[in-house]
Amino acid sequence: MAFHTHTLPNGLTLIGETIPTALSASFGFYVRTGSRDEIGAENGVSHFLEHMMFKGTARRTALEVNLDFDRIGADYNASTSEETTCYFATVLPEYLPTAIDILADIMRPSLREQDFDTEKQVILEEIKMYEDSPASMVWDRAKTHYFGDHPLGQSILGPSAGIAALSRGQMQDYFSRRYAPNNVVAVVCGAVDWDAVVACVEKQCGHWSGPTAARSDVRDHRPTPGVHLIPHAAATQENVLMLSRGAAAESPLRYAGALLATAVGDDSGSRIYWELVDPGLVENAGCMVDRAEGTGLFVATLTGDPEATGKNLKHLQRIFDEVQRDGITEDELTQAKNKVMSRIVRANERPKGRLHSLAGAWLYNREQGQADTEIARFDAVTTTDIRSYLDEYPIDKLTITAYGPLTTLVIDTLP
Amino acid sequence: MAEIVQHHTYANGLTLLTQAMPHVRSATFALHLPAGLCRETPDQRGVGTLLAESIVRGAGNYGSKQLSVALDNLGVDRSESIGLFNLSLAAGTLGRNVPAALKLYADVVRRPHLPEGELEAAKELMLLDLAGLEDSPQEKVMLELKRRIYPEPFGRNQYGTPETIDRVTIDHVRAFYATHLRPHGAIFSVAGAIDPDEIRALVGELFGDWSGTELPDPLEEAFAPTSVHLEKETQQTQVALAVPSAPFTDVDYYAARGVVGVLSGGMSSRLFTEVREKRGLCYSVSAGHDTANRRGALVCYAGTRIERAQETLDVMLAELRRLTDGVAVEELDRLKTSLKTALVMQQESTGARAAAMAGDWFHLKRVRSLDEIVSAVNAIDDAAIQRYLERFPIRNPTVVTLGPTPLTIPV
Repeated sequence: MAFHTHTLPNGLTLIGETIPTALSASFGFYVRTGSRDEIGAENGVSHFLEHMMFKGTARRTALEVNLDFDRIGADYNASTSEETTCYFATVLPEYLPTAIDILADIMRPSLREQDFDTEKQVILEEIKMYEDSPASMVWDRAKTHYFGDHPLGQSILGPSAGIAALSRGQMQDYFSRRYAPNNVVAVVCGAVDWDAVVACVEKQCGHWSGPTAARSDVRDHRPTPGVHLIPHAAATQENVLMLSRGAAAESPLRYAGALLATAVGDDSGSRIYWELVDPGLVENAGCMVDRAEGTGLFVATLTGDPEATGKNLKHLQRIFDEVQRDGITEDELTQAKNKVMSRIVRANERPKGRLHSLAGAWLYNREQGQADTEIARFDAVTTTDIRSYLDEYPIDKLTITAYGPLTTLVIDTLP
Repeated sequence: MAEIVQHHTYANGLTLLTQAMPHVRSATFALHLPAGLCRETPDQRGVGTLLAESIVRGAGNYGSKQLSVALDNLGVDRSESIGLFNLSLAAGTLGRNVPAALKLYADVVRRPHLPEGELEAAKELMLLDLAGLEDSPQEKVMLELKRRIYPEPFGRNQYGTPETIDRVTIDHVRAFYATHLRPHGAIFSVAGAIDPDEIRALVGELFGDWSGTELPDPLEEAFAPTSVHLEKETQQTQVALAVPSAPFTDVDYYAARGVVGVLSGGMSSRLFTEVREKRGLCYSVSAGHDTANRRGALVCYAGTRIERAQETLDVMLAELRRLTDGVAVEELDRLKTSLKTALVMQQESTGARAAAMAGDWFHLKRVRSLDEIVSAVNAIDDAAIQRYLERFPIRNPTVVTLGPTPLTIPV
C-alpha cells in the first residue's frame, strides 16, 4: 500500500492509497463544509445542496446523472454532517475514469429552479420522516441545548419553515462561498493507477475556480450542564442523550477518549452493558465519542421505559461519578483496546471503508490515515492517559436532553 | 478470480462452508442452528428469542461475564439473532483469533448454562424491544406486511407478544434448546484469513460427537392475505405492499431479481425516478425480494406526508402494472452491471461472503459459483421477465398502511 498526494494549481488537493490486491476502486470529493458553516436563515442549505448536486449540470440532466452512475454499476452516495459534505462512489477498477467524470461534473451543478422546487418537497419529506423517529429527534434537540449559540448546535436538516422559505439564490451564494477548490479534497483508494487518476482529476477539476474558503469559528465550547425535558406524547419510549465535553478531532487525547467510551459504554461487555443492559433495565444504553474541528463530545445514550428514566439516569450518573473518580482498570483498558483494534482492521479492509478513514485523517490532521499507525496509537494508551483525559474532559458534568412521553423528570442526583 | 469455497458435511449432519480470502486479515464466522421462529409453538411465541438472549449468558466453564471478557479479548464483535428458520450466532474478528473463538462457541452451542436467574432480564429486554418498535414506524409496517403475506408459522418476527413472553419459563427455553439445537441442518460458514483445513479439523474435533437427528418440516396453516390500515398519529404515512413472487429456489428467481432491479436497482430505477425524482413525493421508496419457506414476495415500501400518500400508492401500483408493457434492453444492461459489480465487491467482504455461502446452502444445498450467477444474470431478458409476470402477475396486492388516515386500495 502506498500513499500519495497531489495539489492542483487552483488549490484542490488529491490524496490516495493504491492497494494493488483490491478488487474495487473508490473515489470521493470531501468538502470542508456543513451545517456549522451556515449563516442565519440558510440553515439546512448544506444538506439540501447535497441533494441538488445530483440534479444535473451543463452536460447532464438529473436523470442522466442517475443513468450514468447506474450504467457503470456504481455503489454511490453522499452525506452531510456538521462539518463535511461528501460525494463518493465505489466501482470496478475499469469504470473508475467514468466515475470520476460523473462525480467531478456534478461538483459544478446547474441548480435549476424547477429541480430546486421538486427537491425541496423531498427534503421536507425527509424532515417529516425524522420527526417520526424519536431516536433522531433527541440528537437534534440535544445538540441545540449543549451547544447553545455555537455553530455546531445548528441542525443538519434545518427547520421545515426555513427550508420552505429558502431560495435558489441563497443556495447559489452558499455554493459559491463554500465549494471553492481549496476547500475540497479528492480521495481515491483501491486498485488504481495513481498517475492516471492525477491526470483525470487535473482534466476534470483543473478549471474550477472560486474565492478561498475558510472556516472562521472553530472555538472550543464550554457547555452549561443541566436537564432539558422535551415532552412528545406520540413517542412510546423515552430517548435520553447525555453530552459532555470531549476531545477535538486534532487532540492527541482522542485515542484515550475513544477507549474510555468503549470501556464504559460499548454495546457489549462494558460497565453500562453489565449494569443496565444485561439486567434488562433499558432497551439501549451506551457511550461514544464524536469529534469535530476545535471541540468534541463524549456522548451517552439511554432508551427505555419512560417511568424508569429517573432511576436509570441516577444509575448512569453513579457510573460516571465512579469512573471520573477512579478511572478504569488495566483489564478494562486491555479489553477495550482488543475490541477497537479488531474493528479498525475490519473497517479498513475494503476500499469503500478505507476512503472515509483516509479522508478523515487528512481533513483534520493532514495525516496519512494508515490503519497500522492508528492501531499503534491506540495500543500506546495507558491508564495514565485515561486519567489525563478525565482531568481535561470530565464525564460527570452532563447536559441531559430527554425526548418522549415524560412531562416531568426527577433525577435524585442532579448534575 | 480466486474463489475457493469448500464444503464438508460431517457424519452427524453438520455442514461446514469455508472460503479463504487472500489479502484480508479478518474473518467472519456464522453458526446457523435450526432453532428458528417457525419452530415455536403458538402459546410460547418468544421462546426462541429468549433462547438467543440467554445462550451467551454463560457456557462450559465460563460464567456470563467471563465468556464476554474472553470474546472481547479476542476482538470478537458478535451478534445473536433469530430468524424464521435459524438461530444464528455471528462473529467477526482477526483471522488468527478464529480457532480460539470457535472453541468458545462450541461451549455456547453445546454447553450453555441457560441460567434461570437471568430469564427475567431477558424477558424485560424483549418487552422493551417490543415497546420500542412503536417508535420505528417503518419497521413496524414491514413486519405487519410479512405477517399478512405468509401463512403461519412463516410470517413471524422475533418480537413475540407480551402475553406469550410472560408465559415462557426457563424449562420452556431449555426444552426449545434441547429439541432444536442439533447438528442435522446446522450450517457453519467461515470466510476470511483462515486455513480451511485447520478449521475443518477443529470443527470436527469440537462438534463431531454432537448428536441429534433431523427435524420434520413445520407445516403451513391455511390462510388468505389481507390488507390493513394501522391508525397512528404520525407525520408520515407508511405504505408497504406485496405481491407473490418466485422464491430463491425457483427457476424464475433471477427474473424476479430482474424485476426488483428495474423497479429499485439504482437512482435511475423506475420507482425512484417516478415517485421521488419526478414528483418529489417521498424521501424513501424501494422494492425488494423476500423468500419465506417455499414462497417468494415482491415487496415495495414508501414513507410520505399524509396528503400525498394516496398519490404515492397510486404511482407505485401504476409502475408495477407498467412492467407488462416491457422492459428495455438498456434497463436490463444497467441492472446486470450492477448485480455483477455487487458480486465482485462481495468478494472483498468477509461478512458478505459468510452470509452468501450460508444462504445458498440453506436454500439450495450447494454454493453457487460466481460463473453460475453471472451467466444466470446475463440470461435475464424481457421475455424472461414477461414469463415471470405471467406466473406471478401484479394483481390484488396486499397493502399495509400506517398513519392517521387510511388510503383507498384500487382493485
